[in-house]
Amino acid sequence: MLTVLIDYAAGNLHSAEKAFQLMAREVDGGDVIVSDRAEDVAHADRIVLPGDGAFPACMTELKGQTGLFDAMVESVETKGRPFLGICVGMQLMARTGFEYEKVPGLGWIAGDVRRIAPSDPSLKVPHMGWNDLVIDRPHPVLDGIATGDHAYFVHSYQMEMADPAHLLAHCDYGGPVTAIVGRDTMIGTQFHPEKSQAAGLRLIANWLTWSP
Amino acid sequence: MLKTRVIPCLDVADGRVVKGVNFVDLVDAGDPVEAAIAYNEAGADELCFLDIHATHENRGTMYDLATRTAEQCFMPLTIGGGVRTVDDVRSLLLAGADKVSFNSAAVADPDVVARAADRFGSQCIVVAIDAKTVAPGRWEIFTHGGRRSTGVDAVEFARTVIAKGAGEILLTSMDRDGTRAGFNIPLTRAISDAVSVPVIASGGVGTLDHLVEGVTEGGASAVLAASIFHFGDHTIGEAKAHMAAAGIPVRLS
Repeated sequence: MLTVLIDYAAGNLHSAEKAFQLMAREVDGGDVIVSDRAEDVAHADRIVLPGDGAFPACMTELKGQTGLFDAMVESVETKGRPFLGICVGMQLMARTGFEYEKVPGLGWIAGDVRRIAPSDPSLKVPHMGWNDLVIDRPHPVLDGIATGDHAYFVHSYQMEMADPAHLLAHCDYGGPVTAIVGRDTMIGTQFHPEKSQAAGLRLIANWLTWSP
Repeated sequence: MLKTRVIPCLDVADGRVVKGVNFVDLVDAGDPVEAAIAYNEAGADELCFLDIHATHENRGTMYDLATRTAEQCFMPLTIGGGVRTVDDVRSLLLAGADKVSFNSAAVADPDVVARAADRFGSQCIVVAIDAKTVAPGRWEIFTHGGRRSTGVDAVEFARTVIAKGAGEILLTSMDRDGTRAGFNIPLTRAISDAVSVPVIASGGVGTLDHLVEGVTEGGASAVLAASIFHFGDHTIGEAKAHMAAAGIPVRLS
């Protein structure tokens, strides 16, 4: 079993790598590597797309490395390999992003990415810190994670859902903020599971043992 | 609901945790990674490492410390001190930091904030503002551990770096840092009201009531302290229980 964290020059890969390696050891989940090589992604049994940064820049970087984008899309769409997008990696799963400019996403989740607009104008953006999850839909990767558990968010844009069937969990920040999305073999978390202590590590372990 | 964050800050020099009183008379308070693990287990909401010698000794930043901490602490880590370039930010993020804090470099060249935010996103770019009171209701930026006056107005500078793309302000009152007399509330309120992004209040915490005041009176989104936690006066749990009792939403689980 090989899990590949895709390195496309976006974000805190070291801590994500360590969190996935730790949980892989605990659940006998095989090897976890960070790679920017298309052939590694093509051979991966599981794919993680992390990400910090702006939607357009991240999509450009992802598509800028030879074969990487195509290998990822083929593994997920054609081979049905389990996929986990984190933060901007989750947002890239949407149909369209509207950060700075309109950019097509992967189109895997029925939603669009727009700036967070809290109903209370005193609420600061970025939405930064620990917020409590509201579970909307049971899912194997949420085993042992309950409404009220905290996760660590840091983002200024969020996925606005067009199809509530793809929404697994949200939180409240002057209105609903999409926290976890999912469809078929794909999961995305707006928060950082690798930074969310117990609940985050639990989600990673669940995902590593998930057989969709 | 978003919770108010409690952030222990580890001032680091020569690979050890120190805490200066007004940035002099350093006292060794332990190994940074060991302290980080302890705070991780105690329920801290984030960790902050500040390399306090980096600027004036021209040392590089703390890649090794970030890496070793990220291997063992699965919580957000901010690193500051001696961060000068976009490449410094990239190296720290790769090493394990989640957010990187500019200080003197942003004063010298606010555009470095824009370059870093464009590359990595505002969410991971913090600007640390060290401010001293120069007149009632007026605060000025000081750099290089509080030794160098810049003539730059703190509130104006906060607005400038937010416009450049900073995602958070780490605000330290140089009048209060190390005094245990409480946050500079007027300064905290002025900056918090001036910017749309979260403000971390820092400098001067001596009691748990000071943490409450930073939020309720200062308008801070997070409170940062060192001495009261490092020397065992209070635990993170006690701080959060005290804040919760005052009606502030905190993460207790």
